Amino acid sequence: MTVQQSDLKLDGNAIGGLLREIFTMEMTAAIGTCAHCGTLHAVGEVEVYMNAPGVVVRCPSCGEVQMKVVRGHGKYWLDLSGVRCLEFSAG
Amino acid sequence: MIPGASSGTGETDKPTSTPQVLRWQIGSVAELVQETPRVASLVLDVPDWPGHDAGQHVDVRLTADDGYQAERSYSIASAPEDRRLAITVERLEDGEVSPYLVGEVRAGDKVELRGPIGGYFVWKASDERPLLLVAGGSGIVPLMAMIRHRAATGSKTPTRLLYSSRSLEDVIYKAELDRLASAGDGLTVAHTLTRKQPEGWTGYSRRIDTAMLAEVAWPKGQMPIVYVCGPTPLVEGVASLLVDMGYGPASIKTERFGPTGG
Amino acid sequence: MGFISRGFRGKRRDTASSSRLPPGQYVVTDYPVLSAGPTPRIPLSEWTFVLEGEIDQPKKWTWEEFRKLPTEQVTKDIHCVTKWSKFDTVWTGVSIDTILDGVETAAEYTVQFSYGGYTTNLIPHLYFWKSAKWIRGIRLVNEDQPGFWEVNGYNNYGDPWREQRYWGD
Repeated sequence: MTVQQSDLKLDGNAIGGLLREIFTMEMTAAIGTCAHCGTLHAVGEVEVYMNAPGVVVRCPSCGEVQMKVVRGHGKYWLDLSGVRCLEFSAG
Repeated sequence: MIPGASSGTGETDKPTSTPQVLRWQIGSVAELVQETPRVASLVLDVPDWPGHDAGQHVDVRLTADDGYQAERSYSIASAPEDRRLAITVERLEDGEVSPYLVGEVRAGDKVELRGPIGGYFVWKASDERPLLLVAGGSGIVPLMAMIRHRAATGSKTPTRLLYSSRSLEDVIYKAELDRLASAGDGLTVAHTLTRKQPEGWTGYSRRIDTAMLAEVAWPKGQMPIVYVCGPTPLVEGVASLLVDMGYGPASIKTERFGPTGG
Repeated sequence: MGFISRGFRGKRRDTASSSRLPPGQYVVTDYPVLSAGPTPRIPLSEWTFVLEGEIDQPKKWTWEEFRKLPTEQVTKDIHCVTKWSKFDTVWTGVSIDTILDGVETAAEYTVQFSYGGYTTNLIPHLYFWKSAKWIRGIRLVNEDQPGFWEVNGYNNYGDPWREQRYWGD
């Protein structure tokens, strides 16, 4: 079977539901600052890999890991160490 | 009351970010519409649906009798103004959820879903910038919600759709797009058929390229807003062509989809 | 759980089989591809494999040198922590015994690291995330160092037969 690598890459729109579970707010329009390269991107724009043991979010500018989310046993493990700041509307 | 739920009156571009626990709801299938041989729309009655914006999606969750669950996201096809919620699903043969939704589900069945979800890939009719929509395959679905929203609100926003399909029989919403484009209210639709064209085809017959975008897209000086949705390679290709043409990256909104298990 | 989707079974295959299938797993016949990032593109002229860390003389092989090492073929069942198992997968490669041949070290742990930045603490016969896809080298270390997933909820050991998927399992 052949799978194009690009087929496995989605974007932040695909994790809108997952992020709503965690933040209870709509987060795809939030703006994140990459901790690696400092570039600002809307969460909807980031690169997302979901065919993995967890969700891996990468910066579209530098490719480094911004966020990891693992869900299991009724728990979340959330690594935001690649996002220096997340700006979102208070609603 | 959720801001954004009453879009269409849409007086602001603010994202819909209100604290609101997203809960699973049960919708019932009122109608099934076979759009193409592999694509069907599920028209749903969802009690207490909070309303949505064009471009948003729902998560659908299937549960087997032994508790096994599978979850996928599907774009909403209906306009916020429509009476019922519709999603359009492409059947992926080795998928898990899509062959159930397109093949097994019948009118009257219940489907568990939650939404609406998304605040980035969203368009409201109050935005009067010229609109460029670029779709590949079933990437047309959220863009169709925008086109339907535009029609339902009587918007005259100049709008151009460039829609890439494999063949004519794969074009989703063909008749409705033809009808809306002939209304003379500022919507034009250009098709490209990448694999097979019928005899006498006068549209494009190749993958989207710079020359095609130069013909279809608004001049960058008109400050258009762009929405691109489709498989990842198409979305990334079109977005980078548009940036090369001088479009500001901030004016290009993208949504990729791919087979995360179908 | 209340709701059941009428007629939905899912794509799962046989879950009933035998002593060969760890608890909570199901058997697949296709080959799911998992990925935490883009596939790295490394020209073979730049590819190397290194053994480093707690050894006097780190070792390094170019692609041509590595391809001259003796290889073995093994057939193994693989068990992914996302719950699929695939039986009788065939692998060809260089044995870890060959890599470590003649190496003196007091290190009791290893880190495998790969092109693309993935890391994990290597131990065979565990869940498949413990195998780095684009391996670049092995570091011998005195203390166990959790890798990409092990720092983020996934079990540091990961024995499929004890269903050690997450922290605390």
